[in-house]
Amino acid sequence: MQSKMKESDPILEVKNLSASTDNLPILKGVSLTVYPGEIHAIMGRNGCGKSTLSKIIAGHPSYNITNGDIKFLGENINSLEPEERSQSGIFLGFQYPIEIPGVSNLEFLRVSTNARRKFLNKEELDTFDFEELVKEKLEIVKMDQAFLSRSVNQGFSGGEKKRNEILQMALLEPKIAILDETDSGLDIDALRIVASGIKRISNAQTGIILITHYQRLLDEIKPNYVHVMSDGQIIKTGESDLALELEKKGYEWTDNFIKET
Amino acid sequence: MVNENLVKDVVKEPYKYGFVTDIETEKIEKGLNEDIIKLISQKKEEPRFLLDFRLKAFKKWQKMKEPDWAALGYKKIDYQDIIYYSAPKQKEKISSLDEVDPKLLETFDKLGIPLTEQKKLTNVAVDAVFDSVSIATTFREELAEHGVIFCSISEAVKNHADLIEKYLGTVVPASDNYFAALNSAVFSDGSFVYIPKGVTCPMDLSSYFRINSGDSGQFERTLIIAEESSSVSYLEGCTAPMFDTNTLHAAVVELIALDDASIKYSTVQNWYAGDEEGIGGIFNFVTKRGKCLGKRSKISWSQVETGSAITWKYPSCLLLGEESVGEFYSVALTNNLQQADTGTKMIHIGPKTKSTIVSKGISAGNSKNSYRGLVKMGTKAAGSRNYSQCDSMLIGDQASANTFPYIKSQQPNSEIEHEASTCRISEDQLFYLQSRGIEFEEAVSMMVSGFCRDVFNQLPMEFAAEADKLLALKLEGSVG
Repeated sequence: MQSKMKESDPILEVKNLSASTDNLPILKGVSLTVYPGEIHAIMGRNGCGKSTLSKIIAGHPSYNITNGDIKFLGENINSLEPEERSQSGIFLGFQYPIEIPGVSNLEFLRVSTNARRKFLNKEELDTFDFEELVKEKLEIVKMDQAFLSRSVNQGFSGGEKKRNEILQMALLEPKIAILDETDSGLDIDALRIVASGIKRISNAQTGIILITHYQRLLDEIKPNYVHVMSDGQIIKTGESDLALELEKKGYEWTDNFIKET
Repeated sequence: MVNENLVKDVVKEPYKYGFVTDIETEKIEKGLNEDIIKLISQKKEEPRFLLDFRLKAFKKWQKMKEPDWAALGYKKIDYQDIIYYSAPKQKEKISSLDEVDPKLLETFDKLGIPLTEQKKLTNVAVDAVFDSVSIATTFREELAEHGVIFCSISEAVKNHADLIEKYLGTVVPASDNYFAALNSAVFSDGSFVYIPKGVTCPMDLSSYFRINSGDSGQFERTLIIAEESSSVSYLEGCTAPMFDTNTLHAAVVELIALDDASIKYSTVQNWYAGDEEGIGGIFNFVTKRGKCLGKRSKISWSQVETGSAITWKYPSCLLLGEESVGEFYSVALTNNLQQADTGTKMIHIGPKTKSTIVSKGISAGNSKNSYRGLVKMGTKAAGSRNYSQCDSMLIGDQASANTFPYIKSQQPNSEIEHEASTCRISEDQLFYLQSRGIEFEEAVSMMVSGFCRDVFNQLPMEFAAEADKLLALKLEGSVG
């Protein structure tokens, strides 16, 4: 089954990536390849570089790539603007979704969706058509329409913010979604909603990277691969049972790998 | 840290209205003295009382000192180096628009204010003022059917002298401040509005002020009177060509609302702001004040201030009538080396009066943007309330924002509430929007217009769209 998947071209190829911010090295040679239909989990202690990796893939301007490449659908995207990456199908679900006072969530979602649709040569949607589309997608995340008339993420609870991220993902239909601790701070019900949202969106053509600390999300969504990061490197890669072992033994267990290498 | 260069590019927008109309003008000599004032009055064929009003104001002005309390820095104005009257040469008496110089009509066409019968805006009556004179006023007959008077103030002096004599200077006395005194002495043209008892003005009224000449000042004077149970919405727009010298604009606007009357006064000010080095631009020293004379009367100011090198402007309300209402909604955007010191005064005199202040200041570049406001509760203002909200947004790290709220209460049975905040467009917010496919400049303009939404909601529909567009234009540019 796996070898069959790999007959197609990878969606994302991160090759020997090193990056720094304010001259402080954060990533020290990360390599990661995601093929269509695959779900990857990245685990590791806080500060190991997981979030940085996701932000760099999305094009955050605060980080400098000092070495290596990021390829998306075969093209090097190192120098693309964040909006170009999004339009072409890279989605980053934020660990801490940002509040934008005064900007209506509905308008934000519409402009964002249209930017992606324009890239795909699909017709851009006016407010009425968009409301139809968004209503349909709201059901995936079990959100009320009242969310649309509020300012982007402003006054949203932690769980509402995360569901709003999944709603955006559902609207943008990305080729690859990187979800940075989307599960943290969620109660069991919200976690289920988020997990089922992710499942609804993943298919044989898309790739998903889940950055997480917890097994409970991985119980809902079984990853093909689990990577453990430490100090800006992927120190171990395994299949889904690696996460279970990690849960049992803790990160101290992985410290031994570093000593071994 | 937000990428400074990108932000600088985004807030750079060439001024669209900087052209000069090449037209023969009649100018009087530079300088200010009694003879000049007599000459202006004579040119306008004014009655004696008005000349006396001017001369008295001039005497007062000579004894006054230019105010220096505002958070503004500018080179001293030489009042003898200004031309106080400049008018395009045209026929003595113009009976219809067909006789207006086509160059003037073309100018207003270019500014998006067509005046001719075929092209004129359908839902709004316009009074077009070019330098010192009013060129044309549309929809006069239609308005007259409702008893509404809408004309230039010069015409009003001729045809409605009784109203002028009764109300001129009653809201802003000539001695009010240095610039008001100057205006009272030399004012040239402006608009006059009279809404009779019980009439709701059938359309929005609008004045468009155009400064064309580089060496003359513009000193317009506007007077709006709303009789009992009447209402009107008035809009004002302003532009000027790009000159490397500074042009003085010192206007006075007076509003009077009687029992149950309501006046809504909206401004989009887009005078030339000077270039990136701060060369040129309009010095805008304006006194605007409304008097809620009647019970339950209401005066609402909304302004979008985006132009001028210097803005010194505090549209205010004197709340005399019981249960009268004053409102001030303001967006002030400064960029490059622009300086704005703007705000309002809400003077609660009568009982159960109410005022609301919502001010949004946006500073970009090296600009300086200050809110200055006074809320005063007088001894008789029992049961009165004020709510003020003053928010500042900084773009880049060279701009500055200040808030100076003054509160004076002599009435224990009154409420004053003040909220203030300062925010900066953060890199994280920009990245969030960009990571959702929204281009950098659109992201900035979305956040700015979101920040201003409370104020835009108060503007008349078309004006709100225009204001939003104007801010977007000011913030548009080539992104790296």
